[in-house]
Amino acid sequence: MDALNIAREYDKKQYIVIGIGDEQYGIDIAFVDNILRMQSITRVPDTQEYFKGVINLRGEVVPVMSIRIKMGLDDDVITNKSRIIIVKLENNAPIGIIVDEVKEVVTLDETKIDTVSNSGKKMDASFINGVGKVEDQLISLLELSTVINEKEMA
Amino acid sequence: MDVSQYLEIFLDETGEHLQNLSDQLMILENEPENEDTINEIFRAAHSLKGMAGTMGYKRMQNLTHDMENVFSEVRNGKIKVNSHLVDILFKALDALEEYKDNIQNTQDEGTNENEPIIKALQAILNGGGEAAADEAAPAAAAEKEEKAPAPAAEGGSMKWQSYKVQEAEQHVMADAIVKGMHVYGFDVYVQESCILKAARAFLVFKAIEELGGEIVVSNPPVQDIEDEKFEFDFSIFVVTEASFDDVKTAILSVSEIEKAEGAEIDIENPILEVAEEEEEAEAAPAKEEEKTSEAPAVVEQAEVAQSADTKAAPAKKAATNKPVVNRTVRVDIEKLDTLMNLVSELIIAKNSLVSFGSGDVSGGNGEFNEQIEYLESVTTNLHESVMKVRMVPIESVLAKFPRMIRDLSKKLDKPMELTMTGEETELDRTVVDEIGDPLMHLLRNSADHGLEKEDVRRARGKNPTGHVFLNAYQEGNNVIIDVGDDGNGIDVAAVKQKAIDRGVISHEQAEAMSDKEAVDLLFGAGFSTAKVVTDVSGRGVGLDVVKSKIEALGGDVSVKTKLGEGSTFSVRLPLTLAIIQALMVIVGEEKYAIALGSIDTIEAVTESDIKFVENKEVINLRGIVIPIIRLDTVLGVQKDKKDDDNLIVVIVKKGDALAGLVVDELMGQQEIVIKSLGKYINCSSRIINGATILGDGEVALIIDTNVLF
Repeated sequence: MDALNIAREYDKKQYIVIGIGDEQYGIDIAFVDNILRMQSITRVPDTQEYFKGVINLRGEVVPVMSIRIKMGLDDDVITNKSRIIIVKLENNAPIGIIVDEVKEVVTLDETKIDTVSNSGKKMDASFINGVGKVEDQLISLLELSTVINEKEMA
Repeated sequence: MDVSQYLEIFLDETGEHLQNLSDQLMILENEPENEDTINEIFRAAHSLKGMAGTMGYKRMQNLTHDMENVFSEVRNGKIKVNSHLVDILFKALDALEEYKDNIQNTQDEGTNENEPIIKALQAILNGGGEAAADEAAPAAAAEKEEKAPAPAAEGGSMKWQSYKVQEAEQHVMADAIVKGMHVYGFDVYVQESCILKAARAFLVFKAIEELGGEIVVSNPPVQDIEDEKFEFDFSIFVVTEASFDDVKTAILSVSEIEKAEGAEIDIENPILEVAEEEEEAEAAPAKEEEKTSEAPAVVEQAEVAQSADTKAAPAKKAATNKPVVNRTVRVDIEKLDTLMNLVSELIIAKNSLVSFGSGDVSGGNGEFNEQIEYLESVTTNLHESVMKVRMVPIESVLAKFPRMIRDLSKKLDKPMELTMTGEETELDRTVVDEIGDPLMHLLRNSADHGLEKEDVRRARGKNPTGHVFLNAYQEGNNVIIDVGDDGNGIDVAAVKQKAIDRGVISHEQAEAMSDKEAVDLLFGAGFSTAKVVTDVSGRGVGLDVVKSKIEALGGDVSVKTKLGEGSTFSVRLPLTLAIIQALMVIVGEEKYAIALGSIDTIEAVTESDIKFVENKEVINLRGIVIPIIRLDTVLGVQKDKKDDDNLIVVIVKKGDALAGLVVDELMGQQEIVIKSLGKYINCSSRIINGATILGDGEVALIIDTNVLF
């Protein structure tokens, strides 16, 4: 029975909605390992500028990056609402992403997602693999592999 | 039969046997008459053949079979060992190694028949004079034994007589007869009313084994008998010391056994004579040969050992030289990693308790501190034990080198010998797996570039046989492996000239360079001083690869050389990779760890002690000029206050070189667990090579002082 239900909802995906600046982004919940409050980050010298450093996550050393710097926005302003989202694209390779705030979890089915072409006007278009519509709001869905991996934009 | 589950064991054991064969062949080349060695080789080849046959690797079996035949002739004194023979045997070993690698990679032995080697082996067999006449004596003997069973056989109508005995089995029987044991064939009939036929058959087997007997083969095979895949009778061949009647009685003592018919298998005479000659030499090895036997009576073994003691001296040597087999369990390295991680966690937890305890020094905490100290000693011991489990002797890596030097000696036409010490030195498994190639490079380098040609050596009044050595030993938390030669040494002028030719350095630089700096040029990429490029070394990919590999393992390599007398490369490797003792320092507001192994001393220095040489800061410490490195600048630490006049300088070393690191504060020594920074962070200067978690949960970075030099 359960298996059937799961199969029926297969084309629906859950996203964590985060705020970066004035925009809302969605992260596929399947990749999210944990959401942490801000904590002290140990700076690592001579590294890529968008890496803020490393934190201790239950005995593991996890790198933390600033998605704002990666996207070419201003540096993070840490507030009470700031969070570190720990995502795992691959097993045993967690990485933390600093976001301004975490809002909610939404469920989107495929009909509510528009795919965007990569020829978008915005610089960070390749960070986005689609736009989801929830009521009257638009949520840019993050393509985590380009956000995380080191591929300098041309 | 599905044998894949045995594949791993097969590969392990094949590796051991091949290594053993290679070692013994080396000995044999020097002492062609050494009977112990010949016997050892024969046994190893025999076991290999048996294993390959069981696993269904026919080509491998064929090749070992031919090798075994040759050894058998050598053992009988029909073929003399010479360098040519050893060469071919080594080639055969290489071919076997290739089969093994194929099997390891694809589970299939490949299609290479190695015809030339087999032909060469057979040519040796046939060329061995009379040897050709009774080729492969034991095999022939075994066949005879089958074809002409003892007259006792009543009418030759027994079923076991019609069973076609495999060659390997024939060997076992022939060997047994040579050793003075009896071989019987039996047909065992189970009553037709019997329900549990397999159980009865099992009891028969057991009864025979209790007599000290061994079932060489059964028809149908044991597996089928166990699965009750037989009618009401089965045939067995038994090797035992017990008399025929005893065995028969034992079989019949099992209930529901209707009858047992059989006879002793005798052997025809010519072989017996050989057997008697061989008996003495065989007595001791017989003990090992016994390993196929399931349950040899203890008394029997004792007797064998005794006879070995009282008989010929060489036999005795063989018996005592044989290392006692360690009682071991094979453990997946992943399981050890898990264990290691848990110990790491425990140490972190302990460290946090320590910092918690020391933060609260007010009275009444005596007992708490005592318990913490106890916990500290337990975790340290636990850590050491787990580390030890991961430690393996480097012997497994070194074992292939004598063979390599032998081949090089022939190829380069330079007589040379290799001495090795410290094979028992232990290193972390992961390091041992990686260290083989760099060491091989260094040895090749010594053999090719280091040693002079024979005539040159004579002219210089040196021993014409070149000497290459490898010495391994432990020094503190490190293992040092010295590889060197008594050859020409490094010609610093030639190195400089070469570097100038290659455009690596300018003339002026060359002038200013110290000998040591010049020697270090050798470790640069694309550098080889050999005048002729040989296929042994000289492509210039050697030493820089060696260096980077060793540094990747957390070690370093240095050279000492004296022109005309030889050079020594010293490889220093850390004993463990996961947990180290470190000095914790503070730079600005940040905490860093420096491995204790790389620290020489800690000095208090005043600003006025700092001098400038070529615009770089140095201090003169007890007559040695040491460059000063300001860690805050290197690490990009933002600091409000300026350094005050009194500086704390941590003197770190790399080989013989020293450097002074300026830090703001010392926190003290601590045992730290090394964690990787993960794959995403890319520290461009590579000054940070890991991180650790402190007692208070904070992350501190580990400085790799090697990159500062």
